Amino acid sequence: MMRPRNDGATECGRREFFGFAAAGLLSVVPSFRRFVPVQDTLPSTGPSGRLWDPARAGRPLDPVVAADNDAAIQAIEKQLHCTCGCNLDVYTCRTTDFTCGVSPEMHRQVIALAERGMTGQQIVDQFVHAHGLTILMAPPKRGFNLAGYFTPAVVIVVAAAALTLVLRRWARAASGVPAAPPAASNVTAAPEELERLRRELDQLPT
Amino acid sequence: MTLLGTLALWLAFLLGVWGALAGFMGGLATPPRPDLARSARHAVFAMCGALLVAVVSLEWALFQHDFNVEYVAAYTSRNLPIFYTWSALYAGQKGSLLFWATVLSVFGSLALALTSRRHRHLLPHVAGVVSVVAAFFISVMLFGHANPFQRLPYTPLDGSGLNPQLQNPGMVFHPPMLYLGYISITIPFAFALAALLSKRLDADWLVAIRKWTLLSWLFLSIGICLGMWWAYVELGWGGYWAWDPVENASLLPWLTMTAFLHSVMIQEKRGMLKKWNLALIIGSWLLSIFGTFITRSGVISSVHSFTQSSVGYFFLAFLIVAGVSSFALYATRLPLLEAEARLESMVSREASFLFNNLLFIGIAFSVLWGTLFPILSELVQGTKVTVGPPFFNQVNIPLGLALLGLTGIGPLIAWRRASLPNLQRQFAVPVTVGVFTGLVLLVAGIRDFYALMAMALGGFVMGTVVQEFARGTGARHRQYGEGYALALGRLLARNRRRYGGYIVHTGIVILFVAFAGMAFKTETEATLKPGESASIRSPYGWTYRLTHLGISQYDALNRQVTAATLDVTRDGTPLGVLTTEKRQHVDALGRPTFQPSTEVGIRSDLREDLYVVLGGVVNGTEQAVFRFTINPLVWWVWYGGMIVALGGLIVMWPGGSPAVKRAQAGYAVRLVEEK
Repeated sequence: MMRPRNDGATECGRREFFGFAAAGLLSVVPSFRRFVPVQDTLPSTGPSGRLWDPARAGRPLDPVVAADNDAAIQAIEKQLHCTCGCNLDVYTCRTTDFTCGVSPEMHRQVIALAERGMTGQQIVDQFVHAHGLTILMAPPKRGFNLAGYFTPAVVIVVAAAALTLVLRRWARAASGVPAAPPAASNVTAAPEELERLRRELDQLPT
Repeated sequence: MTLLGTLALWLAFLLGVWGALAGFMGGLATPPRPDLARSARHAVFAMCGALLVAVVSLEWALFQHDFNVEYVAAYTSRNLPIFYTWSALYAGQKGSLLFWATVLSVFGSLALALTSRRHRHLLPHVAGVVSVVAAFFISVMLFGHANPFQRLPYTPLDGSGLNPQLQNPGMVFHPPMLYLGYISITIPFAFALAALLSKRLDADWLVAIRKWTLLSWLFLSIGICLGMWWAYVELGWGGYWAWDPVENASLLPWLTMTAFLHSVMIQEKRGMLKKWNLALIIGSWLLSIFGTFITRSGVISSVHSFTQSSVGYFFLAFLIVAGVSSFALYATRLPLLEAEARLESMVSREASFLFNNLLFIGIAFSVLWGTLFPILSELVQGTKVTVGPPFFNQVNIPLGLALLGLTGIGPLIAWRRASLPNLQRQFAVPVTVGVFTGLVLLVAGIRDFYALMAMALGGFVMGTVVQEFARGTGARHRQYGEGYALALGRLLARNRRRYGGYIVHTGIVILFVAFAGMAFKTETEATLKPGESASIRSPYGWTYRLTHLGISQYDALNRQVTAATLDVTRDGTPLGVLTTEKRQHVDALGRPTFQPSTEVGIRSDLREDLYVVLGGVVNGTEQAVFRFTINPLVWWVWYGGMIVALGGLIVMWPGGSPAVKRAQAGYAVRLVEEK
């Protein structure tokens, strides 16, 4: 029998304690059973099928459709620049920044144009027509943009040609200077000995 | 503390101005004014102390959550982990300017304190240049509306918090490493200007900056690699390099510094390329300031940029003034920079290094060209174009492959002049290895031209490196009777510069091969309900099967997490579970602070990475959209970066054999009459 104590608590004996504990446990078991997975009304979506707070998972998405994984569509989207300010192409943006609302819309436009029978180039041209050249991930190879592509190569080739000419001139001048050859002309070593010397010089620290 | 911080900034600025005046006046005065030189040196030390007080003041405000300070409110919140509260120091524009100036003053003080007395004549000018640059950065804070101690007219209950993408260990280390790289270039630049100003253009200044150039290059290398790692694990787009303008800006000084580290050997050995080496150091420093300008001006759009602000104008003006004055000074000293020797043969190590430099500078030019082309196009055509990865890959991959080839060729050619028998003997093994590698890969079915070339050239370069190590080890074994392991160890220890350099080449080969691996990347998107599976086939022919186990939602320290768990098998073999998350960051009051961010799930091995991104959920249910990507050889990018860093550390490690030290000291003879 439980008796109230002076301090306001209730005194209980060992037998009573175990009795209450067993009763409490029994009352928990049925409630625990509610958390054991049971066949859900929405197959394969877990106990409830809904997230506790969907807003935490970001913007709601549509299920992936075949066109999303279409290599031709992806190839087109990789040529188009997402205009959300991310500096990525449409494909990369829509599969990376899932908060972006621009790239999914551009993706839908690409699919719609493809479904109308347009080729990849026609779709790209359509976007250029609507947004200007800035919509392309790389400028088209025509007009002034050709300078963009070829200037580095031309500069390097010209520099390489100039460097080659200068080096040849230096090398010729060095071979004509009498100061350099004396060492060689006075050397009486055999070619193989010279070669050995060069080899050992190669081993010196650089 | 903010008052103390602001006072410390003003004090540092005044000390910087005085340090510059005293340094240049003390260095240029005739007869010399050692009192001014001493004063400049002390001014740099005092400036360093004042800036450290400013940093401590800002960190104090950050850790005290003093949200009345605008910077603290903008970049931290009460529930931000301590790790990131510390790194908030350089997370924003204002704090990073303070960080820049402080680290520069620390490097300047170290350079003044540690530089040998032999180079004492250069130090007043070094103090002057360091003071000018540091004073500029402080002036941007004080006069460019970028004072990190600026207070708000009210005190928010909590701060905005740090951008979730910056809450990653990579971002704690990547920006400081890059900053250290950028900032430490100022020291070689200061010595170069000191040599120009004092007309002491012998090899002395080169000896004085040897460690600093290596340190700067090492920090840049590590910073770039850490940036790649952060982009890969945090941004979720499945790659590590996007040719973003800010990424390009970090690559530019690395390329020119690498060119310098090669060409300086020619000056040290042969007394050639003095003009070129000086130009490279000045150019590298200007590119480091250019990188800072790009990041802070907003002139070119980039995901990495700080908020667009007026500080860009300060940097543009400084860049122009510094560039014009440096090269004007350089031009006046050109007659003093005549070479001591001439190239003797087109087939020589010197010539190969020159072509190597040409390619480094060519790649730097093409990266700079591509980065600035949108502005140029707007000026010329009136339309802004986008210059993205397709452009950079098209232009730079062939150049990079040519450079990789030269990495293997350079060490095989003798100094001064190589003979035909020498060439035959040197090239036989590496060429065979390269051709064999290419044929094996061709037979294995690799048809991507660039990937094939990268791997074949990688084989060629590795043939060169292994041959160099084998010959050196063999020579020691024969000469001293050492065991092969001991001989290899001593070869490396006594000739750190050369063999450390070969280790760097090994790292570069590994990086190129790893980059080539991305040519075989595969990816797919799928929507899965719990219990459903999707498959993706790897380039190695395996099939990964990913089964969606469900989504859980829970609260963490400063974020609300939505985690999707997937069971992974490869060809039926269980590989474990992989979790990918959406994180909604919140402040201490539970208010969302940023858009939900993505946390990638990555399962790595040496061959490939399985990279899983949770896109989101459908209709608020556990039906989730995933992107699955197979990225081949990614781990080799990180290994390659580590090996490059290891090689760099070996090269710059103090000590080495006395014979080598004597030999290197011998190169530093005065080659020009002192004026």
